[in-house]
Parts: sequence; C-alpha cells; structure tokens
Amino acid sequence: MNKKLYSPLIFELSHPGRHGADLPDYDYGTRGGLGSHLLRTTALELPETDEPTVVRHYTNSSNNNFGVDTGFYPLGSCTMKYNPKVNEAMVNVAGIAPLHPAQPTSTAQGALKIYRTLEKYLAEIGGMAEFTLNPFAGAHGEYTGLMVIRAYHLSRGDETRQRVIVPDSAHGTNPASAAMAGFEIVEVKSLADGTVDVKDLRSKLDETIAAVMMTNPNTVGMFEKAIPEIAEAVHKAGALLYYDGANLNPMLGVARPGDMGFDVMHINLHKTFSTPHGGGGPGAGPVGVRKGLEQFLPNPRVIEKEDGTLDIDFGDDAFGRVSAWLGNFTVYIKALAYILTLGKDGLAQVGPLATLNANYVMESLKDLYELPIAGPCKHEFVFDGLRDKSTGVTTLNIAKALLDHGFHAPTIYFPLLFHESLMIEPTETETPETLDAFIAVMRDIAQKAKTEPDEVKGAPYTTPISHPDEDEAALSPKLTYAQLK
Amino acid sequence: MSAHRYLPHTQADIERMLERCGAATLDSLYADVPDTLRLKKPYELPEAMTEPELQRYFEALAAKNKAMTIFAGGGFYHHYTPAATPSLISRSEFLTAYTPYQPEISQGTLQYIFEYQSMMCALTGMDVSNASMYDGATATAEAIIMAVNSARRKRRVLISATVAPAVAQVAATYASAAGITLEVIPEDCGITSREAFEEMMGAGDVAGVVVASPNYFGIVEDYSGYAERCHADKALFIMNCHASSLATLRTPGEWGADIACGEAQSLGMPLNYGGPYLGYMCCRQTLMRKLPGRIVGATTDEHGQRSFVLTLQAREQHIRRQKATSNICSNQGIMTLHAAIYLSLMGAEGLRKVNKLGHDAAHALAEALCHTGKVKMKYPDRPFLNEFAIETVSPLDADTMLSALANEGILGGIKLTDDSILVATTEMCTPDDVKRYVSTVKNM
Amino acid sequence: MAQIYYLPTHEYIKVEGDTGFIGISEYAAKQLGAVTYVDMPEEGDELAAGEEFGAVESRKAASDLFSPVSGEVLEINEALVDDPKLINNAPLDAWIIKVKINDPEELKSLMDEAAYSDFCAKQH
Repeated sequence: MNKKLYSPLIFELSHPGRHGADLPDYDYGTRGGLGSHLLRTTALELPETDEPTVVRHYTNSSNNNFGVDTGFYPLGSCTMKYNPKVNEAMVNVAGIAPLHPAQPTSTAQGALKIYRTLEKYLAEIGGMAEFTLNPFAGAHGEYTGLMVIRAYHLSRGDETRQRVIVPDSAHGTNPASAAMAGFEIVEVKSLADGTVDVKDLRSKLDETIAAVMMTNPNTVGMFEKAIPEIAEAVHKAGALLYYDGANLNPMLGVARPGDMGFDVMHINLHKTFSTPHGGGGPGAGPVGVRKGLEQFLPNPRVIEKEDGTLDIDFGDDAFGRVSAWLGNFTVYIKALAYILTLGKDGLAQVGPLATLNANYVMESLKDLYELPIAGPCKHEFVFDGLRDKSTGVTTLNIAKALLDHGFHAPTIYFPLLFHESLMIEPTETETPETLDAFIAVMRDIAQKAKTEPDEVKGAPYTTPISHPDEDEAALSPKLTYAQLK
Repeated sequence: MSAHRYLPHTQADIERMLERCGAATLDSLYADVPDTLRLKKPYELPEAMTEPELQRYFEALAAKNKAMTIFAGGGFYHHYTPAATPSLISRSEFLTAYTPYQPEISQGTLQYIFEYQSMMCALTGMDVSNASMYDGATATAEAIIMAVNSARRKRRVLISATVAPAVAQVAATYASAAGITLEVIPEDCGITSREAFEEMMGAGDVAGVVVASPNYFGIVEDYSGYAERCHADKALFIMNCHASSLATLRTPGEWGADIACGEAQSLGMPLNYGGPYLGYMCCRQTLMRKLPGRIVGATTDEHGQRSFVLTLQAREQHIRRQKATSNICSNQGIMTLHAAIYLSLMGAEGLRKVNKLGHDAAHALAEALCHTGKVKMKYPDRPFLNEFAIETVSPLDADTMLSALANEGILGGIKLTDDSILVATTEMCTPDDVKRYVSTVKNM
Repeated sequence: MAQIYYLPTHEYIKVEGDTGFIGISEYAAKQLGAVTYVDMPEEGDELAAGEEFGAVESRKAASDLFSPVSGEVLEINEALVDDPKLINNAPLDAWIIKVKINDPEELKSLMDEAAYSDFCAKQH
C-alpha cells in the first residue's frame, strides 16, 4: 500500500489535462445547438485523473474499510452474514445489465421470471399470500407496508384510524416510517424481560389504531411469545399487525410471520437473504401481505398472463407507486441465488444455527458483561455494558477496543432500553473458532478494564484514524471538497 | 460433515456449543415459541443447487432476455461504463461493509461518499449534498417533503406536468400520505405553462415548486424568473435534473434553485432492468439541516489527520424517531461509489463529450426521421439535448412503428400516446445504429 | 428582577413586562450536551402556547422547542447562529427567542422556579 501517495481526496490527485476514459469521435453529420442562455457557464470542477491513478486511489481507500469479507462483524440487528460470491456472479449470468426498463416485456421474460419466482419464494418463507419486491430498503418497505394498511382501512370507509402503535424498543425507522405514512405514533412499553407489555398494548387499542408494528424476535433478541394473544387483540380492535422483518433470520426453519398472525410484513434481503450491504446500499425491502390484502400492493406489479408469459401491470388501482420501476433488480438475483443455493433444507437450518451462535457467545461472556435479560436469546442479545461498572470503561470504549483486534464493533447504544447497550448478532455463517477468538478478546478487554482502564479507554490504537472529532464535524460542517479549501 | 458450505457447524461443534448453552438440542433454544406457531411442514422450495446447477438455471433465464439497440430514455439512459468502475466497486472491502458507523474502520466508505457529495455539488452548482437517496423519484418526493418542512404551515406544492410521470406518481404517493396538496402546473406545447404557474403562485400558500430539466419530453426549458417568483413568496424552487446533462446545461445553482434532485443513473450505471440506480439530493447551505438522509463531513482525528464521519445526525430517524426529516436510514452506498469513480474517470471534459455525442446523434436522428415523411416533431422548435418526442404521420402509428423497430432489434423509444413516441440517444448509439433506425422507418 | 417560569419540556420564559425571553433550562442544556445547532423561527412569526417553534441539537441528540406562551416573535438570538455553545455556558442568558406576551394569564399554568426544581429532582 502507498497511502501517502494515493490516499488524499481524488480531487487532490487531479492534474490538468489528464483523463481516465476515452469516447468515440463519431460524426453524425449534424450541427444543432442550444441557445447560450440554456447552457452552463460556471466551471465544472471535477478531478482530471488518469485511469491507473483512479484505480490506485480507490484500491488504497478500500484498504481503510472493514467488510464481512475482512472479518467478524457482530453488528446487532444488521445480520452481517457472509455474502456468497456466486450471488454476485449470477448477476452477470442473468443477462439483465443491458435491459431498459421500458423495453417490451416479451424481451425481458427471464428478468420477470426472476422477480416473480423470488416473490413466490418469499411468500412461502413469510407465510404470506403475495409479495412485492419494489421497495428499495427496509425503511422503504416499512413505509410501503404502512401505506398498504392505510389503503386497506380507507377502502372500508374507515377514516378514523390515524395512529400506529410502536414498541419503545423498536428501531427508529418504525416511528419515522409511520410518521411519513401520515400516522401519529403511540408508544407501548416493554416489560422487564424486553417483551411488549400486553396489558399496556390492550389499553391503547381502539378504533383510532390502524396498525401495531412489531419485530419478532424483538430488538433484544427475545421471542414475543404472547404473539397469538396480541394478534387476536389487534384484529379484534380492527387494526392490522405489521411484521418488521429486520429480525427474520432466526425464524428461518422455525416459524413464519404469517402463521403468527401478522397481516403485512417486510423482509430485508440484505440481512436474511445475504445480499451485500454495500456500505449503505443498495438493499431491498420486499413487502408481503396476507390473503385479502393483495390488491393494496403498489404498482408496478409483475403479473402472470393466461398464456404463461409474464407482464407488468402499471394500473392505478393500488394506493400509488413507491418506486419508478421494479426496484433494485440486481439484488433480487442475489437473493434468489442464495435461496436456491441453500435449498429448502439448508434454509431451514439457518435460524437454529444463528440462534446457537448467539447463545454460545452470550453464555461465554455473561459472567463479565451485564446481561439484563436472561436467555435463551434468539439471533442476538444485548449486554448493558460491563458487569463491573466501577472501572469507568463504557460500551463505546469496548467497541473501539474490539477494532484493534480485527473485529467489527457490535451495535452500541441501541436499543434505548439500557444505558450501555451492546448488541451482538453473530449470524450462522461464523465458525466456532471465530466465535471463540471473539469471546477471548471480549474477556481480555473486560479484564483489562480492571487492571488498565485507561489503556482500554484510549482505544483504538491501530486503525487508520483514531478518535475523529465528531463535535467539530457537527458544529462547523464541512461537507464538500470546496468547503475544505 | 457440516450441513452446507455456508453453514460451518459439524455435529460435534453443535454438541459442544449446546453444552456451553446448557441446552440439550437446537430445538430447546426455541422452547418459547409455541407449538401452534411452528412450521408445520418443510418449506415448499427447491432442493439445494450446486454452483454448476445454479449457473445453468440463470443461463436458461438469461436466454429469455433480449438485449436491444436502445433508443429509449424516459429518465434512464444506456451509457458507456468504463471497465474500471465495475472492477473497483466490486471490491469486497467496499461491497460487504455496512453503513459506516465506526469511522475508524470505515474511512474507505466515508471518503468516497465525501467525494461523491463534492462532485454532485460541483455538477448541480449547489452547496451541500446528502449521501444519496434510493432513486430519482423518491429523491424528488423527499425534496417536496423537505420544502414543506422548511415552510411553516404552508402545505401546497406545485409540480410541472413536464416532470416524468413515474417521478410525479411517486411524489403524489408520498405527498398524499404527508398531507401535502400537490398540484400539477399544466403543460403548454411541451413546456411548463408560465401563465398557469403565475396564476397558481398567485393563489398563495405555496411551499415549493418542482420542475424538470431536461423535462420528460427531452426539452430544455427556460426557467428564467421562476426562482425569483418562488422566493418572493418564500417558496422553494426544486429542480429535477438528469445528472450527466449538468456538465452542459445550465445548472440548478445557475437557475437559482434551492434544491436539486433527481436520477444519477445517467452517470454510466447499467440499466439493469430498473435498478439499482441512484437518487441524488443537493441544496443550498441554509437548508442543510433540513436535508434528509445520511451526510458525511470532514474533521480531524486526535493525531490531526483529516478524517471523515457521519454528521448532522440529529436530523435522522435513530435520534429523532417520528420527528426525523425522513425515515431513510441508508443510502445507495455502492452506487455513490460508482458515481464517484465514473466522474473521476470521465472528468468534466468526458462528460461534456458524452452530452455532445448524445446531442449530435439525437439531432441527426430527428432530422433524418422527419425527412422520411413518416414522422414529425411533436414539439417543433423546442430546444433539446439527447431526447425528443415525435408524432407519427397517419397511417403509421406508434405501436406499428415500435414493433417494426423491435423486429430489427431496436428499442425505438417509449410510447407516449397512440401516435407519439419519446426517442433518446447516447454515445452508445453509433452513426450506423442511427442509419439503421432511419432506414427501418423509411421502409415502413 | 425578571420572573422566570418553566414548561415540563424544560423551556424557560423570562418575563420583563410584556416581553418574554425563551430558552432552555440549565438542566436541559446539561442533558443535551454540547449544543451544535439551534433551529429558530423567523421574526414576525406568530406562536401559539405549546406550539413547536424550533429545536436544539447536539451531536447525538435533538430536542424540540415549545413555546410557553402565545405571541409574536420579536427577535431571535443571532449570537447562537455562530456560537450555539453559549447555551451550555449560560443557558439563562442565552435566550433563543424574544416574544411579545399576548396573554399574561397563560403564565399561571407554568411552573415557577421552585416547582421546576422539584420537577427536575424527580426526573431520575
């Protein structure tokens, strides 16, 4: 690596007169032209760089990153499982790169088949009647699902349902998505064991409630065992039950949201179905509905015609449209490749092995780390910092210390139920050896917190940067190269 | 032997681990899941496939797809992708990382997002950019919400009829849920009716106005005076632009816009039958804190090294929950890297050449098509860059023309009405392709 | 000496005649940590009692601001634009907006200093 030479911003590697791509010199034999008042007059300050410099710059930059391929990534609630290579390869094999979304569906039957097949497989896994793959991400799926719920109530002339119940342990996107879908938020409390307080929930269910959003297992990794009772109460009150699929992974091979009584759900393909997170995206948040709600799914929809061919329905009978086309298409190829590679039996082992890994780590550390909710957990669990709080070593310190040992940090300070939340999700693709190594480091950090607390608090020491000044970043934001100059 | 190559546990591993957990079987870890909820029978899914089987499965599907010579746009264009781009974005250190929550080991991601933000600001002529949105349609919908959030109590937003229908539909969906009244400014011969705009502004209470450049019909509209009129009523002027056109066309910054948003697929991203693409969103400095989505900022670390971090997070859903500027908790990640690499390779000069080639091909095609007498320009005398609308001359109609072209392997455009078609060109249309298109129409 | 009243959401109003200076309490400033930004309304805006008029942000938290009274915004504290940390240094001096108090009766529903300090003591 030559970080010194190639790691500055790409703008700083710019040299007037260089270029990194060649274009043809076609002469179409025309003059044409646009009026000068329609043209750009200000300079366009993009880098001028040759191809090798661009390649070295981004290759060096990638070395400052940590991915699932780099090492263990126990980020709670994010399901950072292995992203199979064959999934990526199949994107090229499927031949969709040159397909324009507006081309005749007769020339894209293979692509449409991928879309439709994945919809059906997800419906089987979710226990739902029908799916749409259109939503771009988990949060977008939540929004779409809530719009389905809104459309359902309005179709029945029920206009009083303007509120959505969300547990206090929920991911921040739940209330934010509900607000964007035009709902008011009602919070329901968690009990000491992290599950929803059914009594509190019942007291809040009335004719103003459109839906109750839940994850199961919830964000502390506990199965909401009262779910049949909750579903019954929610339905009795005329509301629908929404399943946030963020935590679907441990349920593979065990139980289906549809069978638990959920009416609408989304799935994060970039979590449970192994598509890469891409440093933030593109992901996909397909939405499923139980029988009777199919007509409320957004357009465009892929439909099966009588002659067995597939077509796209752009009709406007649904609540509207959440995406310009059919969504992040390459992600579907990867998810489908994953399902086919594991097959029915392999998929059924994902949940139990993810749960085994989580319990193994939890049991191996709970003597040193504060476990506020006793197990067994499902795919993840939450520590409330170290048991011995006297050292002053915080969850943040522990997270940073892990970086020095080649591990990504767990999710920290979420859920908000505890002050020092440290949320660990190992996923099923980790070997016991990796888990043992992680456990050893976590134990080591806990010991060191007693003997050399300042050493732990000073971490990380070996990362490309350490302790960036985030206050300064927020106080006087510098968001572009121009603002740095 | 372990159950699968992705599932490393051997039977002995499982037994040892269960013992540590004090559990007898894997199933006992699920004792809290009532029997009534358990999976009753195995999934109705195929058996596992090996890699060669999987390869054949997808090859069979690929055989049912047909690549065409593309003369269709509608907001999505067939551009050249330099080979270095897919090669670099598939580096697994980038691809398999999550959102950069731990800046110490995410400088790769954070730095390219910062570079992307800088480049989008340079392109649009705006001050700040977020780390991207899902696509151009949702970016525009979020811009509308942002305008309403920035205006106290005003909930009326105007959108031009010349904005692409898919964008307008997504915007309408978002607006309806947010209690925003979205009103369409009618079109007048392919451009936004200025008269109607003035009149609708006059009715008051407008929080924002959305227009497109180039518009859906490919026309480059003259927006002189729009920003001033908006600002007189404290309404935000929002421009939806194709990213690559901004190297050549007057920018949102130059038109006086407050928010620039739209689709950045035109920055060499493969069409991929609809995605993933890239929504971008930039705004003026004064609106920075109302911008939705992730934002990366520069700072220094304890050794004084320049570092990048996620910043201004108090706007976001994990802190503000239902009061956040948006529910978005990600961005298009790797597609922003694509944009940064593409723009680094092309530079301003390359991008201008892309626009010139598209422009020249479009004007040559339009001229030659009209010359056949089979079609005429739908909006004659309107300036355009690389996309234009034509009208078929009876007895020819749009369906007949498009299917005749399709028989030649040409995607001739997007049908607008029974007798009109939207045609687009890019640097990927060779002079021979253009001739082939014209001769096919001539022979109809 | 000016009379000070508080809302349960930790805004104070310092009353001088028919003018009120609204900011956030010392307790709130401490809870929030270093303030990085204050979102303020515009001069001339009319506020209703209990209405949201802005927000105070720190790096990892944000708190909406509610008006203790109804009235017109007479002035915003421009000094906070450049130096939002003034709120941490001296919250009671670093008022955020100055309002014209429409109805002094509204003050009666607010907490006085003693009541507020009891209120804060119970927050743990």
